[in-house]
Amino acid sequence: MSFDIALILDSIPKMLMGIGLTLQLLFLSAALGLTLAIILLLMRISGRWYLAAPTMAYIYIFRGTPILVQIFIIYYGLPQLDFVRDSIFWPILREPFGCAILALTLNTGAYVSEILRGGVLGVDRGLKEAGAALGLSTTHRFIYITTPIAIRLALPAYSNDVISLMKSTALASTITLLDMTGIARTIVAETYAPYEIFMSLMVIYLILTWMIQRSFGWVERCMSRYVREEV
Amino acid sequence: MNDGNSDDIIHLENVNKFFGTFQALKNINLSVRKGERVVVCGPSGSGKSTLIRCINRLEEHNSGTITVNGHELTDDVKNIDAVRREVGMVFQDFNLFPHMTVVKNLMLAPKLVRKSSRSEAYETAMRYLERVKIPEQADKYPSQLSGGQQQRVAIARALCMNPVIMLFDEPTSALDPEMISEVLDVMTDLARDGMTMICVTHEMGFARSVADNVVFMDEGEIVEMNPPKEFFDNPRSERTRLFLSQVLSY
Ligand SMILES: Nc1ncnc2c1ncn2[C@@H]1O[C@H](COP(=O)(O)OP(=O)(O)O)[C@@H](O)[C@H]1O
Ligand SMILES: [Mg+2]
Repeated sequence: MSFDIALILDSIPKMLMGIGLTLQLLFLSAALGLTLAIILLLMRISGRWYLAAPTMAYIYIFRGTPILVQIFIIYYGLPQLDFVRDSIFWPILREPFGCAILALTLNTGAYVSEILRGGVLGVDRGLKEAGAALGLSTTHRFIYITTPIAIRLALPAYSNDVISLMKSTALASTITLLDMTGIARTIVAETYAPYEIFMSLMVIYLILTWMIQRSFGWVERCMSRYVREEV
Repeated sequence: MNDGNSDDIIHLENVNKFFGTFQALKNINLSVRKGERVVVCGPSGSGKSTLIRCINRLEEHNSGTITVNGHELTDDVKNIDAVRREVGMVFQDFNLFPHMTVVKNLMLAPKLVRKSSRSEAYETAMRYLERVKIPEQADKYPSQLSGGQQQRVAIARALCMNPVIMLFDEPTSALDPEMISEVLDVMTDLARDGMTMICVTHEMGFARSVADNVVFMDEGEIVEMNPPKEFFDNPRSERTRLFLSQVLSY
């Protein structure tokens, strides 16, 4: 099998034209998803069943179904509902970009809230008791003791989720968006060279993954400077 | 002996505590006067921790009354807050906040609970670090200190809230032997200053030299309570004798 270097060199810059969109999808849904995750977490650990139960159902549904199906439901399904078309969200939901952001946000929110909950549950009970014994209120304990420790505990799992999210942005290409994968598919349709194009695309994604890992590695090191080196 | 004397700063009357169906405290009556030093000992699982944790409401008792410095402990959050502001506690495994430096550990509660300014909180913190003899460790993280140093920081942290009562739950049990005395020295120093203290400990030398009264617990009951001389030289109950023969045997 021949390997067309010229084609690769020609197509990489074209695919990189989509990196802006890929990164927009990533950063926007990561930020919105994190916000959603925090809200879900607070509801889940509120100790009130009428807040916790819907959260658990939500998390079960979004973690238990393929994200591709979720994207399709939002993009193809929602516009069929009158009240969606009449709502103030229609300008967003009409656009594939808005649909992709919504699907990625809802999905990552579900995963991240579970990751954060793992961090919160991992905080040593003795530390919260020490806070209570010092007279700190429940809220103060949560803000000053539980949260910073939980963040450090959750960070490795969270960085994995950001990488998953980055990979999921490729699904946006199924609803007409021209992110890097979308562009790659267009080039393949024109050149019939799936091997070269998709291999190059993989390399670009690997570089992005590497950069995300490095960034989180740096943050993790900063946050754990107080933990004795565990080698 | 438990008729609610007005000198009592801590008063427990017929206190019972259950974990599920297991009864951890059985009909506890205990009075502690202001400035009194009480040592609590007894076998593992006898309810010592549960007893002192009920005094600052880390555990909720199921029946009976607990009154601490005039506040009765009920579901009322106001009373619980009031009691916790006046009662300091030191734990077996220190429980220092690992993400804060030593001085930040000491400043947190005064700032949040007492609304002290930064500089006030800092001055108080440094004063108590001097008192436990480790001011030079102020900017280190807890994980960088030895066990004995960490426990002294924990004591200083509790003192920064200016408590009228200090509770100690086996403060030296997690320490290497060579560090025990530095912590006991600090506690002895506190006792000399007239702090009201309840210490769960098996350091019988400390009990002998510092305690006004020694309490022996077994299976959730207070079996015996006497001044140290009486307690060690002339234990009343068979269970106390057996326990003492075990802890003093070597
Ligand atoms: N949170 C808890 N849940 C269930 N049982 C407990 C709990 N805390 C303590 N216990 C039980 O209560 C008894 C007394 O415990 P504790 O007060 O810690 O004893 P000590 O401090 O004397 O070793 C033990 O049998 C222990 O297993
Ligand atoms: Mg104990």
